[in-house]
Parts: sequence; C-alpha cells; structure tokens
Amino acid sequence: MPRNPLAVLPRRGLMLLAILLAVLCALPWLAGDYVLTVLITILYFAFVGQAWNIMMGFAGQLSLGHAIYVGLGAYTAALLYVHFGIGPWIGMLAAIAIAAACGAAIGFLAFRFGVAGVYFAILTIAFAEFARIGFDHLGFLGGSGGLFLPVANYARNDIWNLRGSPMMFYYVMLVLTAAALVLCHLLLESRTGYYWRAIREDEEAARSLGIDTFRYKMLAVVISAGMTAIAGMFFAFYYNNLFPEQVFHVSRSIELILGPIIGGIGTLFGPIIGAFLMTGLSELMQNLLASFGLDVPGARQVFYGACLLGVVLLLPDGVWPWMAARLGLSRPRA
Amino acid sequence: MSALLEVQRVSKRFRGLLALDNISFRIEPGSIFAVIGPNGAGKTTLFNMIAGVLVPDGGAIVLQGQHIEGLRPDEICRRGVARTFQLVRPFPALSVEDNVLIGAMLQLPDVRAARMRAQDVLRQLDLFDKRARIAAELTLPDRKRLEVARALATGPRLLLLDEVMAGLRPAETDRMVSILRDLNRESGLTILLIEHVMRAVMTLAAHVLVLHHGALIAQGSPAAVVREPTVVHSYLGAEAVE
Repeated sequence: MPRNPLAVLPRRGLMLLAILLAVLCALPWLAGDYVLTVLITILYFAFVGQAWNIMMGFAGQLSLGHAIYVGLGAYTAALLYVHFGIGPWIGMLAAIAIAAACGAAIGFLAFRFGVAGVYFAILTIAFAEFARIGFDHLGFLGGSGGLFLPVANYARNDIWNLRGSPMMFYYVMLVLTAAALVLCHLLLESRTGYYWRAIREDEEAARSLGIDTFRYKMLAVVISAGMTAIAGMFFAFYYNNLFPEQVFHVSRSIELILGPIIGGIGTLFGPIIGAFLMTGLSELMQNLLASFGLDVPGARQVFYGACLLGVVLLLPDGVWPWMAARLGLSRPRA
Repeated sequence: MSALLEVQRVSKRFRGLLALDNISFRIEPGSIFAVIGPNGAGKTTLFNMIAGVLVPDGGAIVLQGQHIEGLRPDEICRRGVARTFQLVRPFPALSVEDNVLIGAMLQLPDVRAARMRAQDVLRQLDLFDKRARIAAELTLPDRKRLEVARALATGPRLLLLDEVMAGLRPAETDRMVSILRDLNRESGLTILLIEHVMRAVMTLAAHVLVLHHGALIAQGSPAAVVREPTVVHSYLGAEAVE
C-alpha cells in the first residue's frame, strides 16, 4: 500500500517526543517552587500558542485579539464557580461555548463581508478592546475592581474544583498541552487541515477546488477560540483573580502569539519550542539581572523584541524548522 | 444529444466597458472546445463567469440542465467544473502531492484514498517523480502541469483550461497536448480551453469560438475558423496561419 513518506514522523521523532514527555513528567519532582511556576507559564503559553496557531498557522487568519477568548473563558468559568458553585470542568464547557460563539460572530462579520488580512487583524484587536472596556462596567463580574476566586487551600489537591498545589496545576496544564498537540496533529492530517492550508496558501485557488472557504475559516476560528477558552479557565483558577485591564489587554494578545512566531508558525512543535524559549530565556535573563543587583523595568519587553528581531532576520520560518533539520526530523513545512 | 454546458446570451459589463456581448454557444459532452481571440477579447471574463468568479449581468449558464450562473466558485466546482488559472496559482509552500491531494479530497474525503488518487493523477501528468518537491520550487512548465493535475483531481466533467500552453516551449506544448488528448479520449473528459498557441488549438480542438471586443465573431471547426477573413484580420494576422 503506497504511503506518503512525508506524512510519517520519523521513528526518531517519536522517541524524542517520548523522552521530552518523560522529562516533563519528572520535572516537578526535581524542580523547586520557582522553576515550577515558570514551567506552568511555559506550558500555558505553549497551549494558547497552539490554539492561536490553528487560526494563523494552519488557516492563515491573523488574529491579534486572542486575549478576548482567554478572557471570556476565564470570566465564564470563574463566574459560574463564584456565583453558582459550578466546578471548572463543567464551567469549561460553558467557556468553550461562549468563546466559540464570540469567535463565530467575529468570523462571520469578517468573512461574510470580505474583511481580510490586515483589516481582519484590526477587527480582532477591536473586539478584544470592546471586551476590555465593556467588562470594566460589568458589576456582577467585579468590573474594573476585579473578580476573585476563593483562595486555594493548598493542604489538599482537589482536581475537580482545581484547588490545590502548583504541582497539580502543572500536571493539569501538561495534560492539556499534550492533548492540544495531539488534537492539532489530527486536525492537520485531516481533510480540514489540508483545506486550511490551501486557504492559507491561496484562497481563490482553494475555492476553485470546491472548498467552501467561508465554512472552513469559520471552523478554524471556532476551534481556536474554544481551545483558547480552556486556557482562560485555567488562567482564572490558577491566578484566582481577573481584571479586565489585564486579561483583555492587547499586550496579552501579542504575548501569546510570540511563542508560535518564534517557534515556527504553522508547525506542530513551534508553539511549544517558542514558549520554552520566550518564557524560559526571559526568566533566566531576569534572574541574571537580579543577581547583578539590577532591576530593569521593561527588560522583558526589550528581550521579547530582540528575540522577535533575531528570529525574523535569521530564521524567518521560526526556530523549530531549523531545529528539526538539525535533529534529522525535517519534513517540509506543514 | 443534450449539451454538457450551454451559455445562453451571456453579457458582462465592467462600468463603461462591454466585456462580453450576448454570447451563446453549447459544448457537447466529450468534446474539446477552444476559445481564441486577441488580448482583451473577454476570454477570461467568459471563463470566470462559467467558473463562478464573476456573475453575468444577463443571460444564463446551464450545466447539464441546471442553471449555475451566480453560484460560488466552490459550488460550481462541486457540480463538476474545474478550472486552472491563467497565472498559475499552486499552493506554494505545499508539496506537489499535497497540492493535488487537496483537489482529490473533493470527492474522496478520506485522506489516504485521496492521496492514492492524487498519485494516479501525478503519474498521468508526468509529475510523480517530483511529488515530494515544494510547489514553489517547480519550473513554469511543471507548475502549469501541476495546475492541470490539481483541477483534474477534483474529478470534473468539464475542465476549463486558461492558457496552459502559454510560456511553454514547443516540445512541452506537444507533451501537454498529448496529455490532454489522452484525458479526453480515455475518460471522455470535456475540455474548454482558452489558448493563444494556435498549433495546440489546431490539433486539439474540434470546435473553436473566436471572441473579439466581447463579441462572438466566428465559430466552427478550427480549419474553417482560421480561413474566415474577420478572424484573420482581427486576431491571427495573415502570417500567423501556418
């Protein structure tokens, strides 16, 4: 039976993936509290990066307002928990539904009326800004004063209510990130994944091959938004406080797309590698600065900028394609 | 025999410019039909209306008894009309095989089945050995053939080819002609082509339609059409008739 040699990840790749997973499983037992919080942040960014990548990397639709889906997911899950005592996993389903509906609304407006490219990106920013300002005035969500979850009791891990130690949050995020990777892999190898790539490459040509581009772009936005809402739920329960100024801010939207851009847009491992590089290195740099007794405000942003500049100049396809070639895992860009 | 495609009194106007004026013709199933005419004659406009990119201002386009004017390009493709673009538009970052695979998935949602179909089409078009290459790296003749392969993979009843010979060397043109003729003979595929390369038109087409300034000035067999004084005057030029 003829198989496509390109579709099969080399055995070496699977081995490296298994080793990586084993290391990630073992890490919390070796790492201290601080490193653990950094790792949680890394996994969080890997997850949202993966979700954003579905829209931009796979389907070619640039969203610069993904914070809206994080925020909607976070507020929905938190609201249900605080006001109605509904646990986060049920709340997550509501969060997914609301964020997906919001994504569908934005997608419908844009794709039905031919808003594309830069204008689409601006539209996504606009909606995130509407949300930021709007949520400031929603009293039952705490408004600008913030919405707070009852602070976690660290004595016992309660996975159903997501109350517990950082170690528990780490494993929850690890499972979510791994699941996102598997989901994205399956999507990419499905008809939908190929149709997304066709749309990304040339929408008119895609249409001429019988692809209902409106439907598939909508699907990309809805899946991406729903996935991002899961990260929002996690965000709410991990940090226990939500402020519209923070969660919906445009810098949040930008922050979450840096990982996939640096790691490699449209690749499966790009968002993960990117998250490790961005968060890992920036934390390292801040520690170095601190150990020299320096406190430089804004150093992180400068670092992000420098990383972005370096990648754009040296590895425009991102770090992962380059790394994959070095590791002998190379396959053409997905 | 009922026509596969009937174009009935179709007109299209771009502001002041009458791009197509009351064009009618019919294409029988299994035939090869060519549209020729000088630049700006309205050939691509006609194509774009059949393919659903443009909506005619007047008239009807009927595919096997069903009106298709005003449908979206993807809907028309799903009804069995595939097209190539005059300026080739492969999916540049994807492999040759994946390009064709995307076309094949229209009828075969299962990726593996579609991939096998794509490989068959690639063999037909002499692209099988290049299937792992990235489309952007191909030479122009290869990209032209990829464009045909991708359209063909959708399993059309009618294939619209917009200047697939342009820019090819004579040997490459002959190769494309023989591929198209085989396709037509073996699977009964109906082909409508826009073409400037007269040697391809003369050997391939059973029926030729000549457009000039949006008007149909002649139609008939290739041999008859090239002898028409109006055609020679407006398009071919006396020396072009080989």
